[in-house]
Amino acid sequence: MADSELKAEDIIREIKKAGIHFVVALPDRVTSHHLLKTIMRDPDFKVVQVCKEDEGISICSGLFAAGHRSLMMMQYTGLLDSVNSLRGVAVEGQNPVCMLVGLLGKEPGVAPTQSKKYGVKIIEPVLDAMGIEHHWVEESGDTQKIVPAIEKAYASTRPMAVLIGREPK
Amino acid sequence: MMQRDECLKVFKRHRKDEIVVAVYMAAQEMTHIMPNDLNYTFTGAMGQGSSHALGLALGRPDKRVVLFDGDGSLLMNLGSLVTIANAAPKNYIHCLCENGTYETNGSVPIPRAGQIRFVDMAKAAGYPKTYEFSNLWDWDYELDNILKEDGPIFVDLKMEPGEAYPEDFRRLYSIEYRDKFREALKKS
Repeated sequence: MADSELKAEDIIREIKKAGIHFVVALPDRVTSHHLLKTIMRDPDFKVVQVCKEDEGISICSGLFAAGHRSLMMMQYTGLLDSVNSLRGVAVEGQNPVCMLVGLLGKEPGVAPTQSKKYGVKIIEPVLDAMGIEHHWVEESGDTQKIVPAIEKAYASTRPMAVLIGREPK
Repeated sequence: MMQRDECLKVFKRHRKDEIVVAVYMAAQEMTHIMPNDLNYTFTGAMGQGSSHALGLALGRPDKRVVLFDGDGSLLMNLGSLVTIANAAPKNYIHCLCENGTYETNGSVPIPRAGQIRFVDMAKAAGYPKTYEFSNLWDWDYELDNILKEDGPIFVDLKMEPGEAYPEDFRRLYSIEYRDKFREALKKS
């Protein structure tokens, strides 16, 4: 495995460092195998499986109201499907919904906005239009972005998205 | 058939220290009938009440969470019945205000109004206990037990609008009130 390769264990370490206990999830092909399945086996996490991604936006907000940090894992298609909840619950409702989003089909090393895949290409512009901060995680060193992004989301009570550009191993 | 405001007034008499989540008309009326810092109306988008309530129930397993959902709202988030049954929070009471209409959006009937068996849906999703009430007396009689039982519990309340109360959507989704709720819950 190349040193620069994205590793699930690095992402998990950062998530834990950020004080996340609740992980709300709908499986995404990019992150299911090495990341979500490992998280589901880890007793440090409580995983809440949802049937549709917009439920997760609200569950994370309810958890915030109850004093907990959480992370919503989903595919970019689920994020697009949840735009109204993101609008009303996360942005207008000022809830620090932290999302970890798999960019299924993005070409390795290619910036999301340069992807030939239409859905991937529009994700960052959609988030920009909504005023939601986003961070592209593609290589090993990029996992350093996760803790500050989560801390900032909770300090400002604003949502944010970590975009996972390739399958973590 | 019960009137919604009467139904809420009955609940108020039985309420102790529960978190109460409500959506749309029930939320508007709740702010007048039983103002309380543990009222949660900050659901932000239609259909999302049941999911907010789940987050609260999982985050505070020591507190009962009572949700007054709408039938149009639940139809928009039916999968949440399975999500809730799977998470199985013992402190979750899911009351459905079944009035058969999208009342806030012009009182247009919901699809198959009056013919949907919501309690059967909840049972099939995995709620271990369900109730159905169409008169105030039965609701009043059973409520103390319901508030003590292990959940998740589903309660179908067959109702119609009662007295009209002023609407204030800014109050329902107010960040200031949401922060007051967080503070009150922290102390509770």
